[in-house]
Amino acid sequence: MITKTAEIVSEQYKYGFAMPEKYVYKSKKGLDEKVIQEISWKKSEPAWMTKFRLQSYQYFKKRALPKWGGDLKKINFDSIYYYIKPTDHPAKTWEELPSEIKETYDKIGVPEAEKKFLAGVGAQYDSEMVYHSLIENLEKQGIIFLDTDSALQQYPDLVKEYWGTIVPSNDNKFAALNSAVWSGGSFIYVPKGVSVKLPLQAYFRINAARMGQFERTLIIAEEGSDFHYLEGCTAPIYTTDSLHAAVVEVFIKKGARVRYTTIQNWSNNVYNLVTKRMRIEAEGIGEWIDCNLGSKLTMKYPACYLMGPGARGELLSMVYAGLGQHQDAGGKMIHIAPHTSSRITSKSISQNGGRTSYRGLIQINSKAEESKSRVVCDALILDEKSRSDTYPDMKIYQQNTQVEHEATVSKIGEEQLFYLMSRGIDQMTAETMIINGFIEPIVKELPLEYAVEMNRLIQLQMDRSIG
Amino acid sequence: MKNILSIQNLKVKVDQKEIIKGVSLNIKSGEIHALMGPNGSGKSTLAMALMGNPDFKIASGKALFNQRNILAEPPEKRAKQGLFLSFQYPQEIAGVSLFNFLRTAYNNVKRKKNDPISVAEFRNLLEEKSRLLKIDPSFWGRPINEGFSGGEKKKAEILQLSILEPKLAILDETDSGLDIDALKTVAEGIDQIRRKNKMSILIITHYQRILRYIKPDFVHVLLAGKIVESGRQALAGKLEQKGYLNFIKKK
Ligand SMILES: Nc1ncnc2c1ncn2[C@@H]1O[C@H](COP(=O)(O)OP(=O)(O)OP(=O)(O)O)[C@@H](O)[C@H]1O
Ligand SMILES: [Mg+2]
Repeated sequence: MITKTAEIVSEQYKYGFAMPEKYVYKSKKGLDEKVIQEISWKKSEPAWMTKFRLQSYQYFKKRALPKWGGDLKKINFDSIYYYIKPTDHPAKTWEELPSEIKETYDKIGVPEAEKKFLAGVGAQYDSEMVYHSLIENLEKQGIIFLDTDSALQQYPDLVKEYWGTIVPSNDNKFAALNSAVWSGGSFIYVPKGVSVKLPLQAYFRINAARMGQFERTLIIAEEGSDFHYLEGCTAPIYTTDSLHAAVVEVFIKKGARVRYTTIQNWSNNVYNLVTKRMRIEAEGIGEWIDCNLGSKLTMKYPACYLMGPGARGELLSMVYAGLGQHQDAGGKMIHIAPHTSSRITSKSISQNGGRTSYRGLIQINSKAEESKSRVVCDALILDEKSRSDTYPDMKIYQQNTQVEHEATVSKIGEEQLFYLMSRGIDQMTAETMIINGFIEPIVKELPLEYAVEMNRLIQLQMDRSIG
Repeated sequence: MKNILSIQNLKVKVDQKEIIKGVSLNIKSGEIHALMGPNGSGKSTLAMALMGNPDFKIASGKALFNQRNILAEPPEKRAKQGLFLSFQYPQEIAGVSLFNFLRTAYNNVKRKKNDPISVAEFRNLLEEKSRLLKIDPSFWGRPINEGFSGGEKKKAEILQLSILEPKLAILDETDSGLDIDALKTVAEGIDQIRRKNKMSILIITHYQRILRYIKPDFVHVLLAGKIVESGRQALAGKLEQKGYLNFIKKK
């Protein structure tokens, strides 16, 4: 038995998907150069990465907190552990978890083993073997799918070539922080012309819980490749860490197509501050599907840089804000080459005192003639206590373009509600139906099991708000 | 025969304004009553108030449905007791398929809480009803009423009626918008459901045509929020010839 386990572990490690060796290491609270050097040293990183981290730390110190968006003043940067080995997560027991989280797992039907893992109380998950065979299959096609730390060890040159080139470490305070202390995240390389049918999932959704606070994701789609990457899960992820600052860089070469789906459901104590960008070359297509349900404050604006003629960017954004939550989300479409097109569809729901904000930028540069962009923002406000705002921004330096912006704010239509209720449907079910219908254009783009869970989750939020 | 519906001196306000100004009407089990009257006389207002639209406030009076005063009950309870309204202007609801809606409604009205109908079973039921009303199954997957033509919306209303099999159906201008063939199909469909379930009907219409298929026992004329005349089916013919002018003059 023991040998078998050992074999499995080393096999997995070969492919980079097992947890690193289980030695215990936890950096001290707070951040200084020494902590950063130590992180880099523990991971045996190449010198350029250590240098990159230290430089980023300087940027982080210099940059001010953004003055717009949500309230960030309560983040105490000195009380955070910037590096913890996953195995070193504070031991928790199932009983210790907040009952709300446990209840949600039960109601959306997360299997028992997964629940514990998500909650950080289980150590092993049985589906790792299933996953392993999938990875083997990908490898045959020349696909690299690793955690970013392993990728840096195994493909340092490839990583170096792209690293920090669309999200420079000085881009904003939280990108700088991530650049200084990053750990984990996914690395994907898909060779020319390869298309992958099934979505590549971040360690299955199980491992999403372990992705940590400062993950760093790098995706390279060579010419003509085509795939879908999916991170996160509908089940709320419980964490005692209060800050999640990730950076995601996606490179889409000529004629390639990448869809990047995120389902974010952090527990409601988390500040979720993420910088995500795609660089899309000629005739390439980049799609963000970004669903934010959890966290205390999310500030996230996935961007597409349309670099080559005919490039296309798309963002489907869905946010839900309930009690004590602020979702400040949106996106950026930067048209640099001619004949580029983009579309942003944003759907937000606020309830029970929650606040949603749409914040977006459409920029059409002088060389981007005959480009098109369309933004549609729909906000649904469920009660008087809740709030929704839009902050659209447009910078247009080329006359020969077509830019449309459309925004609607609605309360749940009384007449619609009455119509459903006149067919014997109670008010809460009717409201849920209308809400699910409202987000349907986005949910239908999710893989089926996620879509089902998403609908159940919304139902659950509704139940709670009624009490 | 017992009254399925007994409206007693009902007054209804919309936005503080009294629209229904004291209507009394008894419908016995199995009877068909037609309600006619000029535009704006309050026909839809009466229907909405009976179904429980919260915008329509009951100023005074009673409405007993099956011997129970229903006016304090929420609309879904009224539906569960067997009241149905086919809307003059059905709502559109984005992202919710007709199939899903119908099944949810069916489960709420016809089934016990822990005993929902299976998707396959419901599909069979819906197939049968769609055939009766000549509705193409491709409608099932579409969002409720979204992009439906006027006539298609009316057909979809009657599809809902056929699924829920109410005791009393209020049909608010179900005939307007239907083409000649569709009117025949829908009216015959309604009549078939009526005979099968001994359903009572309160039919609101401007025209006699539908009354040839759904023959009313009584016809009432609503004018400015009051019933000013009641009679047999012949009254409908008289109205169609002479209009409401006589009644307006009399007032
Ligand atoms: N929400 C409202 N606010 C103000 N007035 C209203 C409202 N709803 C209805 N009314 C008024 O009440 C009166 C009765 O309207 P109702 O819809 O009941 O008429 P109707 O008899 O059904 O007419 P039609 O034959 O045209 O369908 C009309 O004058 C209408 O303008
Ligand atoms: Mg009317």
